[in-house]
Amino acid sequence: MVVRRRGRAAHRFAESPVLQLALQGWRSRLVGLVLMGAFALLAGRGFYLQIVDTDFLRGKGESRYLRDIEVSASRGRIVDRNGDLLAVSTPMKSIWAIPADARQMGPEQKRRLAALLDVPPRDMEQRLAGDKTFAFLKRQVPPDVADQVSALKLPGVHQEKEYRRYYPAGDMTAHMVGFTGVDDRGLEGVELAFQKSLEGRAGSRSVIKDRRGHIVEDVGALKPPRDGKDVRLALDSKIQYLAYSHLKAAVAEHKARAGGAIVLDARSGEVLALVNLPTYNPNNREHLSGAQLRNRALTDTFEPGSIMKPFTAALALERGKVRFDTVIDCAPGRMTIGSATISDAHPHGPLTVAQVIQKSSNVGTAKLAFNFSPREMWEMYDAVGFGQQPQLGFPGEVSGRLRPWKNWRPIEQATMSYGHGISVSLIQIARAYTVFARDGDLVPLSLLRLDEPPAKGVQVFSPETAREIRAMLEMAVQPEGTAPKARVVGYRVGGKTGTAYKIENGAYARKYVSSFVGVAPLSDPRLVVAVMIDEPTAGGHYGGDVAGPAFSGITAGALRTLGIKPDLPLQVAQQDRAAGGGHL
Amino acid sequence: MLRVNTILLIVLVLSALGVVTAQHRARKLFQDVEAEQERARQLDVEFGQLQLEMSTWATHPRIEQIARERLRMRQPDAFGRVIEPATAPAASRGGRR
Repeated sequence: MVVRRRGRAAHRFAESPVLQLALQGWRSRLVGLVLMGAFALLAGRGFYLQIVDTDFLRGKGESRYLRDIEVSASRGRIVDRNGDLLAVSTPMKSIWAIPADARQMGPEQKRRLAALLDVPPRDMEQRLAGDKTFAFLKRQVPPDVADQVSALKLPGVHQEKEYRRYYPAGDMTAHMVGFTGVDDRGLEGVELAFQKSLEGRAGSRSVIKDRRGHIVEDVGALKPPRDGKDVRLALDSKIQYLAYSHLKAAVAEHKARAGGAIVLDARSGEVLALVNLPTYNPNNREHLSGAQLRNRALTDTFEPGSIMKPFTAALALERGKVRFDTVIDCAPGRMTIGSATISDAHPHGPLTVAQVIQKSSNVGTAKLAFNFSPREMWEMYDAVGFGQQPQLGFPGEVSGRLRPWKNWRPIEQATMSYGHGISVSLIQIARAYTVFARDGDLVPLSLLRLDEPPAKGVQVFSPETAREIRAMLEMAVQPEGTAPKARVVGYRVGGKTGTAYKIENGAYARKYVSSFVGVAPLSDPRLVVAVMIDEPTAGGHYGGDVAGPAFSGITAGALRTLGIKPDLPLQVAQQDRAAGGGHL
Repeated sequence: MLRVNTILLIVLVLSALGVVTAQHRARKLFQDVEAEQERARQLDVEFGQLQLEMSTWATHPRIEQIARERLRMRQPDAFGRVIEPATAPAASRGGRR
């Protein structure tokens, strides 16, 4: 049957009714169209991805081998005028962990990690407890220790690069240089004042990495890192050290609460040294107190006392009211103005103007002050920079207090002439004295080393007046003056003592601020040195006894350091040595 | 025609191999540059650390302490010093300094 049917089928092939059925044409066309459409769609998509929206696929691809790496930049160094390091950053590692992963460490591994990092094991256990996703194990770990840690190949323990700032000079320059926080940003001092230029800006680069994490190729634009710029201070670290050690000795000897010393270059206005006590170690800032942090020389004001007298005398000379040797009657050492009486520490008779400064007579100075109006005095104080910020750009510098002249009462004018009722910072008074050290002009101060000294400053007094005041200042350190202990062997120096009562709760207390501001060498002034000792409680309280010897020590050292030729013959030094005065 | 095609094919293969070698060598060199740059960074860091170490050893208080205590030096007084003007030719008199 099969055969028969086959035979028949073959036989009647052309007549098969199935084949004879005419297929509708649209069906085949539809299939063709659908297939073509699908192809067109694919081609379109392909075209879109390859030609139009190229970024998508490229991005997908690049994300598999391209990496952006941050290129870190270091913070600039702070160096002194001779290039000695005062602050420098060095790379450190911070060790951090993902607690969930880190808990897989065995007890032995944990013990070794704790030992390497020098943290108590229980402490580390605590940090890894809880369901945090991130925990610092220790920050600022030296690189060699960090390498040992990574050699342990601990699970969940990672490292991050960071910087640590070191201050080789330590507490000596602490107030000047300041310090940075953990994030390497300046918080105090020069670190803060020059944050903008010290700060480095990290760059970045895109690279292709291979399977093993090696960099194979640089692609795209490189954003170069910008290292912070070095800051070169005017500071001379040797003079700074001399100032620091002499001030420290003076504060210890007189059991004082605090002290400050400033050395200025009179020719350029550069700050060669600036020291405050008490100080702190910027490398280890645990247990810091506000008293240690205070940069007193810049941020604290005090009533200067007698160190103001030369300004009154200078104004009187300048206006031609008196001459160098005009005699003023200072007897009987007291003077009543209105309801108040001012007096001298030691009563004097008639004194010349020069002797008023030499012996520091309050009465004499007050009499000089009454030669002019409050306004004239105010203008002179203003011209030498009192009541204004010294414009060093230092954080927290103060302007002091100089009240408007319109409401000065006569007694106030009198006390102000010898430095009470007015408050200044040590840097202000040191700067004002540069007027006498120069030819009567005032130049701006500079924390940074200057390549060339500034041009002439603002003229305040005539060169003649400045010279006469220098002569008076020299008289003050002679045996008949108030500060024979401030002399420096081999050099002509001059200066003025100050012994001011401190104000406590609005009234003068029996506490003192002893100070000395001087100029050296007088034949060709180069330095202005100001020393302030706050609340000396032992070994006297007069400026000449307390601050004078420190001035002498600092000045002797600074003159020697700068290689300035002695301007006094040695015979004088010999006599001095026989008399036991002065500082070698 | 076939000869030209064969030659072109050989040239193509050779140049393709050349590209690959050049790329490989470029990467090798790049790695060397990277390694050297890394070394430069390391040396820079080390330089910083040595500088720091030097300035720590050379602080003025330490110098003074060693000079006074270990070397038993003392500061000359005004009579033991000769200061020569900075402008004078050095060692002209061999004077004490």
